[in-house]
Amino acid sequence: MTDATHEGAKRHRSLLTVDAQTKKRNAAEARFKVYGMVAILAGLTFLVVLAVSIIRSGLPAFSANMVQVELTLSQEQYAEAEGQLFKTRAYADIFNAAFTAELRERGLTTEFDPESIERIIGQPGATIRSFYRANEDQLGQPVTFNLPTASRIDGYFKGRLLRENVTDSRFLTLADLDLADELKEAGIIQSQFNWTFITGKDSSVDNPGGAGLGASVIGSFAMMLVVLFLSLPIGVAASIYLEEFAPKNRITDLIEVNISNLAAVPSIVFGILGLAVFIQFAHLPQSAPLVGGLVLTLMTLPTIIISTRASLKSVPPSIRDAALGVGASKMQAVFHHVLPLAMPGILTGTIIGLAQALGETAPLLLIGMVGFVAREYPDGLVSAFMDPNSAMPAQIYTWAARSDDAFYEKAWGGIIILLVFLLAMNLLAILLRRRFERRW
Amino acid sequence: MYDAPTQASKLDQTDIKITANNVQVYYGDTHAIKDVSVDIVDRAVTAFIGPSGCGKSTFLRCLNRMNDTIDICRVEGQIKIDGEDIYDRRIDPVQLRAKVGMVFQKPNPFPKSIYDNVAYGPKIHGMTRNKAELDEVVETALRGAALWDEVKDRLHTPGTGLSGGQQQRLCIARAVATKPEVLLMDEPCSALDPIATAQVEDLIESLKEQFSVVIVTHSMQQAARISQKTAFFHLGNLVEYDDTNTIFTNPSDPRTESYITGRIG
Repeated sequence: MTDATHEGAKRHRSLLTVDAQTKKRNAAEARFKVYGMVAILAGLTFLVVLAVSIIRSGLPAFSANMVQVELTLSQEQYAEAEGQLFKTRAYADIFNAAFTAELRERGLTTEFDPESIERIIGQPGATIRSFYRANEDQLGQPVTFNLPTASRIDGYFKGRLLRENVTDSRFLTLADLDLADELKEAGIIQSQFNWTFITGKDSSVDNPGGAGLGASVIGSFAMMLVVLFLSLPIGVAASIYLEEFAPKNRITDLIEVNISNLAAVPSIVFGILGLAVFIQFAHLPQSAPLVGGLVLTLMTLPTIIISTRASLKSVPPSIRDAALGVGASKMQAVFHHVLPLAMPGILTGTIIGLAQALGETAPLLLIGMVGFVAREYPDGLVSAFMDPNSAMPAQIYTWAARSDDAFYEKAWGGIIILLVFLLAMNLLAILLRRRFERRW
Repeated sequence: MYDAPTQASKLDQTDIKITANNVQVYYGDTHAIKDVSVDIVDRAVTAFIGPSGCGKSTFLRCLNRMNDTIDICRVEGQIKIDGEDIYDRRIDPVQLRAKVGMVFQKPNPFPKSIYDNVAYGPKIHGMTRNKAELDEVVETALRGAALWDEVKDRLHTPGTGLSGGQQQRLCIARAVATKPEVLLMDEPCSALDPIATAQVEDLIESLKEQFSVVIVTHSMQQAARISQKTAFFHLGNLVEYDDTNTIFTNPSDPRTESYITGRIG
């Protein structure tokens, strides 16, 4: 510019030629755009890798290779089995005998070792026993059982276990695999959708086929209810008071700083706090979803307070003035005008807080909500909150830590279910936002 | 220093609505209003003029205690409406604001329907017993704000969907609906185009039949057009307060003259 004033020739610079400084600026801008795109691409790549690996590893958990067997148990057999010391063993023997007989009848070509059946079908005894105990009237009649195959055979059909890696052992022989292949061809072993995985309870370490996430989904749900009904009213009330009513002084400043700090406290700290306060001091039951909910409420409160205050702050002050100007009290101004306008933000913050709480594992482990606790469904509303249970992430953690590969697969499957819940909650947040959003 | 009481004594004492005595306003350490004393007449338009930051809006907001909402704001002195000190401990500012309505600089309708905007005040003050009465109050207020004919067919559409001028008249209707005795207006036309301004000015002209209207304005023409009394503020002081005609034709203070002729401000 200074040149232009000194040299007349430069005053009439053509706009068609780009000068050096502009070139440099444009180059810098172009570079920045490239960096941005690279960053986004990198992010997307990680996301895709994550999604693909979760789905690839987790999907097999949703199907199971099941054996359908028709069995008739007589009254005498039932009485005899119930009279023995190892009852499930007795049932397994009855089952194995019946199944072997059926296979012979069908005229399967391969000769097989009777023990192979046991290795293929795992442990049918417990299932059969609990069925007949609940339905004694079915004794003497043919009943079709749908039994999971042993985890190694299931893994063999799903490609988790390769034939080349199998050496004959007391757990599995190559002959077993031949027999399993034949059963599959004959349609006796079928791959089915694994409802047990979605609705079931946790099983013992040697029965991965019977393990399911159902009980811990109920545990998670109970905890979320506790979190929602405690943290939403407390959080919103605290934020409204701090934002609209509290005088601005050192004490409120201190509170504000501490709430922000609380949001950054590691969740395991809340876990040990919950253990000390709720269980050891207040003597609430261990492993109970109520306690889990209380701990997660502590964790969620800062998130809700921060987002609620932000959305209250974003309501234009002119709305408050307008309400006060027509003689509304401060509370009327807040509840009639400010709060409805802040609602979308509050709801979004709450749901994000809940989603965080849903995925939290560490504090639950400290208060005893570990996966293997989820052995029984709660029987009733009170029991859902007070009886020992686990939660989805803790159950996943427990499964991932077990040595059997089949549980590892379940852990991935559990993550898919957890993600589905999280996506559903985020979708809900978006829908609520749309629903309540208004202009001003 | 300007001596308010002697000036005020020249005014018609019979119909004084608001009396302010030695009012001081502080924002933290800033002395925003310095020793202002003024008498505001009933059923007339009083205009506050002065350069930006002179304290005229601050003083206006003292009259219905809107400054209470600002933490660091402190008011001293005495403001009486109908002989009652509004800063008395026993006075509830909420009740006061029902009696002293306010219209703001920027149109600020609630993000609700036109009907709900106007009906809100009467509803919270329990002024009506049933829907029919409320309907009537809303209609009267909207007619009073010269808006009825434009919105009568869409009372249940959002108030925020109106044009700027209509929104401001809606805000006036909302203020009028609570049947106040004093109407404070803080630069009500600054966000409006000339046509909407003319409409609002006509409205103010008719409002003074029922209310004591106090208006802050940046436009001296507006003050001259619509007000009967004018107060000139400068740097937190009330420099001169007199009949509008006197202020604009024969001001007694040189600062007033400079401002009116455009030399300061």
